[in-house]
Amino acid sequence: MTTKPLTLAEKVWNDHLVVKGENGSPDLLYIDLHLVHEVTSPQAFDGLRLAGRPVRRTDLTIATEDHNTPTLDIDKPIADVTSRTQIEALRKNAAEFGVRIHSLGDANQGIVHVVGPQLGLTQPGMTVVCGDSHTSTHGAFGSLAMGIGTSEVEHVMATQTLPLKPFKTMAINVEGTLRPGVTAKDIILAVIAKIGTGGGQGYVLEYRGSAIRSLSMEGRMTICNMSIEAGARAGMVAPDETTYAFLKGRPHAPEGSEWDEAVAYWNTLPTDEGAKFDAEVNIDANTLDPFVTWGTNPGQGVSLLENVPNPADYADANEREAAENALKYMDLKAGTPMKSIKVDTVFLGSCTNGRIEDLRAAASVIQGHTKHPDITMLVVPGSAKVRLQAEAEGLDQIFKDFGAEWRFAGCSMCLGMNPDQLGVGERSASTSNRNFEGRQGKGSRTHLVSPVVAAATAVRGTLSSPSDLEPAFPLTTGIATLGEN
Amino acid sequence: MEKITTFTGVAVPLKRSNVDTDQIIPAVYLKRITKTGFDDALFAAWRGDSDFVLNQEPYKTGEVLIAGADFGTGSSREHAVWALRDYGFKAVFSSKFADIFRGNAGKQGLIAGVITDEDTEALWAAIEANPGVGATVNLLDQTVSIGSLSVPFQIDEYTRWRLLEGLDDIGLTLQNEQAITEFEAKRPSWKPKTLPAKGV
Repeated sequence: MTTKPLTLAEKVWNDHLVVKGENGSPDLLYIDLHLVHEVTSPQAFDGLRLAGRPVRRTDLTIATEDHNTPTLDIDKPIADVTSRTQIEALRKNAAEFGVRIHSLGDANQGIVHVVGPQLGLTQPGMTVVCGDSHTSTHGAFGSLAMGIGTSEVEHVMATQTLPLKPFKTMAINVEGTLRPGVTAKDIILAVIAKIGTGGGQGYVLEYRGSAIRSLSMEGRMTICNMSIEAGARAGMVAPDETTYAFLKGRPHAPEGSEWDEAVAYWNTLPTDEGAKFDAEVNIDANTLDPFVTWGTNPGQGVSLLENVPNPADYADANEREAAENALKYMDLKAGTPMKSIKVDTVFLGSCTNGRIEDLRAAASVIQGHTKHPDITMLVVPGSAKVRLQAEAEGLDQIFKDFGAEWRFAGCSMCLGMNPDQLGVGERSASTSNRNFEGRQGKGSRTHLVSPVVAAATAVRGTLSSPSDLEPAFPLTTGIATLGEN
Repeated sequence: MEKITTFTGVAVPLKRSNVDTDQIIPAVYLKRITKTGFDDALFAAWRGDSDFVLNQEPYKTGEVLIAGADFGTGSSREHAVWALRDYGFKAVFSSKFADIFRGNAGKQGLIAGVITDEDTEALWAAIEANPGVGATVNLLDQTVSIGSLSVPFQIDEYTRWRLLEGLDDIGLTLQNEQAITEFEAKRPSWKPKTLPAKGV
């Protein structure tokens, strides 16, 4: 008997099919894990209350507080009334419906996409949803993970399923070896610059190739996290020994014979030989340099060694206009070397780069240096556990000695729902995921960067890579090219 | 949602056309965290006027709104439907609805029935002849009646079926309850559960 070779995404989809849609109606998929936070859940809980429905599977649901939480004075009442109201509503709803919650002050509180993997709740081959577009993060484990709207949040709470239309598959092949100082963040920024912010629309992306295989789980999460910035609802990496090593021993990972059963299943998940993707994109990891955005969407990025592009060089009229508008908003001139751009604030954190490995990487770059006097640096661990781990390793002291602010966990300046915001016209080098106009505060200007570029920038005051530091951090420089093969 | 077949409630004449969603509920009320409790926001700008129809004693407990043409135009805010529902309205009749409003109404169990301009006038006359009178809405035969006056209304067949069956989108999915339960029974035991909580 021959069976059709399938992709990782197709296998996970098929294994969660409750009802196959007919005549163009959507498939009904079972949801293995529902992550909940304070911003997109209140109306969903209220909808349940109104219909007299319970949360069907409280044992597959978990809530935490992240978007609104302050990163200072967390033992005091939250000053902002709207923020406080949303958080209090979540606490009340969680108690009423029996949903497990990790509130501010709890060791498991933090950004929902950091907390899930940290607890071992995110595992290969699962379906994971959350009312947050960066749910794609969990795809790093080989799960199908996607952001949903508030009405869908209510739907999952009530039914533990979601009606979904089929998707197309895209392979992102990243082959080669990254040079020192080049990271997962640079890979994904290069991918988005190559396929555009709409390039992934309608697709589930699967990141493949030797460069992906050699990444840690943290690096894979960084990449999957920003799939949404390429327009894709989900991004995935096939599970392997790296995945299993990360999971083993985590609080909710299977144990004993169940671990063996799980691994046996997980080993069946990687895309079959001969399986066909609807689209393929190739990136040469060998030639990648640190990447940084110059504009107001994550696709407007270049190598740090390049200059601010000239809008006139864009053949497409829409892209040209977008570039002109972006340069105006960012107050940048075409031809300016990226490395000469002066920034005011460095933000290290977010669901993209707020994990322990990110803090370690940044700390290793700044160690032995002093912060540039004009720079404010905010270090916001992705979760309370990450903060505790960093403190146990002495990283907090490295940041404090350097002159950075060591904060409590949350989404913080990534989107400025809490008091951590940039002022009008202020410029940041940010390890987060979106450089939209006003994202980090009204009139704010954001350059997306990796943790090591953020760290080097905090030393020099202008966008910099670790190799620019004296004494130099080991980084061999290269010509800025994106793989075209 | 509850199944709707027929009900009787106090009829309210809203003798205005082009009642847009900003009039139904001003934007300032959109910051709330609830999907309920918008009753005070309904027609907020008009509620301060003692002559406004809902401030008249017989109409305060209104459940059936008979409005002028082009009801619910403007923004897509679902809050407009929530506010009508929270106030107590179960049905709105007009000779013309904005598409988005009509779609939102159907999702929330609010009947948005289309009647002719002539029938609108006739219903208004019947109400004003007897303020506080009840209107009987019958979704089975698609009529709205006050006393001996009975007029037909239009509603799209799919929405009518869902309202008669008491099915919202979630309700439709729950028709697959058995399939969901069977799927759950087959899930491997090693799949992670958030409860009981570990690692705390």
